[in-house]
Amino acid sequence: MKTLPANRPANALTSSPALSYPARVMIGKMLFYAVSIAIAVVMFLPFFWSLMTSLKPSNEIFSIPIQWLPSEVTLEHYRKAFTTVPFGLYFWNSLVLAVSGVLANLFFGSLSGYAFAKLNFRGNKAMFRVLLAAMMIPGIVTMIPSFYVLKHFPLVGGNDLLGGGGNGFLNSFWGIILPGASGSFAVFFMRQFFLTLPSDMMEMARIEGCKEFRIFWNIYLPLTKPALATLGIFTFQAGWNSFLWPMIILNDPDKATIQMGLQAFSYNYQTDYGPMMAGALIAILPILVLFLLLQKYFVQGIAFTGVKG
Amino acid sequence: MASISKLGRHQEKMAFLFITPTMLLFAAFTIVPVVMAMFLSFTNYDVVSRMDFVGVDNYKRLAGDALFWQTFKNVFYYSIIFVPLNIVISLMLGMLMNFKRMGIKLFRTMNYLPTLTSAVAAATVWIWLLHPEFGLVNGILGYFGIIGPAWLAQTETAMLSIILVTLWQSVGSNMIIYIAGLQGIPEYLYESAKLDGATAFDRFRYITWPQLRPTTFLVSTMSIIGALQLFDQAFVLTQGGPGNVTKTPVYLIYQQGFNQLQMGYASAQAFILAIAILIFSFINMRINKSEEPIV
Repeated sequence: MKTLPANRPANALTSSPALSYPARVMIGKMLFYAVSIAIAVVMFLPFFWSLMTSLKPSNEIFSIPIQWLPSEVTLEHYRKAFTTVPFGLYFWNSLVLAVSGVLANLFFGSLSGYAFAKLNFRGNKAMFRVLLAAMMIPGIVTMIPSFYVLKHFPLVGGNDLLGGGGNGFLNSFWGIILPGASGSFAVFFMRQFFLTLPSDMMEMARIEGCKEFRIFWNIYLPLTKPALATLGIFTFQAGWNSFLWPMIILNDPDKATIQMGLQAFSYNYQTDYGPMMAGALIAILPILVLFLLLQKYFVQGIAFTGVKG
Repeated sequence: MASISKLGRHQEKMAFLFITPTMLLFAAFTIVPVVMAMFLSFTNYDVVSRMDFVGVDNYKRLAGDALFWQTFKNVFYYSIIFVPLNIVISLMLGMLMNFKRMGIKLFRTMNYLPTLTSAVAAATVWIWLLHPEFGLVNGILGYFGIIGPAWLAQTETAMLSIILVTLWQSVGSNMIIYIAGLQGIPEYLYESAKLDGATAFDRFRYITWPQLRPTTFLVSTMSIIGALQLFDQAFVLTQGGPGNVTKTPVYLIYQQGFNQLQMGYASAQAFILAIAILIFSFINMRINKSEEPIV
């Protein structure tokens, strides 16, 4: 304890020994808040500015110098975004795709994650390793061949048994849902969670004569709610935000997603910044709402990838 | 004993049933495509009619394709700036946001918000922010008497703009990964270092940085893989322009494959890009492994 005062200058926030300890703590605190607030402002400014632009009357959008706040709030741009292009329909399409992706991944991911974690079968380890290794394959490798597989899928969309003649799953929501329906990440994530649960409940249930699927569905699955929430959020975000793959698969304008609609809008109406910002904010809104409601699951999920990855 | 093995067999059967949907989808949309990726690059597949074996013609053609190599140069330029900045900023943010101070949750949330936006929405918002005359960025620069450039329309600044937007979008989630990493460093390391009189910089250099190596490895690997496959932001912000300076390999593959329907040729390009990603991930692995942890 006697050596402590001598060491103090070394761990001080400022190297000046003339300042007293409380003063240094005070300066450190102020520095922390100054820097943190400055960064937070920079990170948040694009949201603020697009919101303000979307609420301003058209003539105030183009002003020099910057006009920070609208003189009056108008929803004109939101109305225009929804009437120029069928934004409501795009929103719905994206919602259908994202929710289907979530449901499929939660079900198949936890079902096979449970099997890999809790059931003994030949090739368990080997198959899981292959799934895991596949996560390292860059998406660009499978992009064109996946398109080929979807187009030539046997017996769907007018295709014959050999996959010729029709368009397969192209231009259908299945072409987006199926390739991502049971992602390797979902399986991996759920397996890791099932591993943390004890196995004796399973043995008890078996002695009582419970069927294997019911053991999974009624006993184990309800215990994984936090993991399901985290996985669900990330799958939803990925589905909602995806852009390139839907653009490749869907040609029919009525099937376009909100990201495709927004891109087309910003390309075709290049100077209509009011409706453009309104559209962008609508495209962000569902994820933002989800985040504010379920914030802790977001953070847990990212921390998981950081620790296990 | 007989009944136990019967139970075991039943369990095994159920387990196979449980993993069947996943494995079927995996076979159809990962294994088959990976095998086909190589094969398609040796054909002249065009979606509509042709699919003949053409040997190494596609590879010969892309060796002399100036635009293809230009897109590689573009994406390397992007990655060389983006990846290190992404790591440095995320780490510094993580360290700053690891303080237990009042309001820290709010600050973390603010920094995390941009990662929630889709690439398209973020790019759309930034098109407006980077507007040469009425944009917020040049407006703020104007307060300091600086006349900002036409960010997205000039060859010198177009790629920098994309770097700026992608950084804004990606540092938040990497910050959270770094915070998780920082919280995994045992406190006694810092305490004993303090007793030995280590300065704040020493503690960072000899404790924090080596202890965070696995985290940095994860963040750098993910950013390299993502950066080399840049598409969305380049497509929305600049459409590859001006003069192809922001056109990326994925962008070119998309155009070649899905607009011009030269799928065989596009497959060859995709294959080369995949090899590049593999090489850079490998180099990154070696760099991260070469320095042994000091503590």
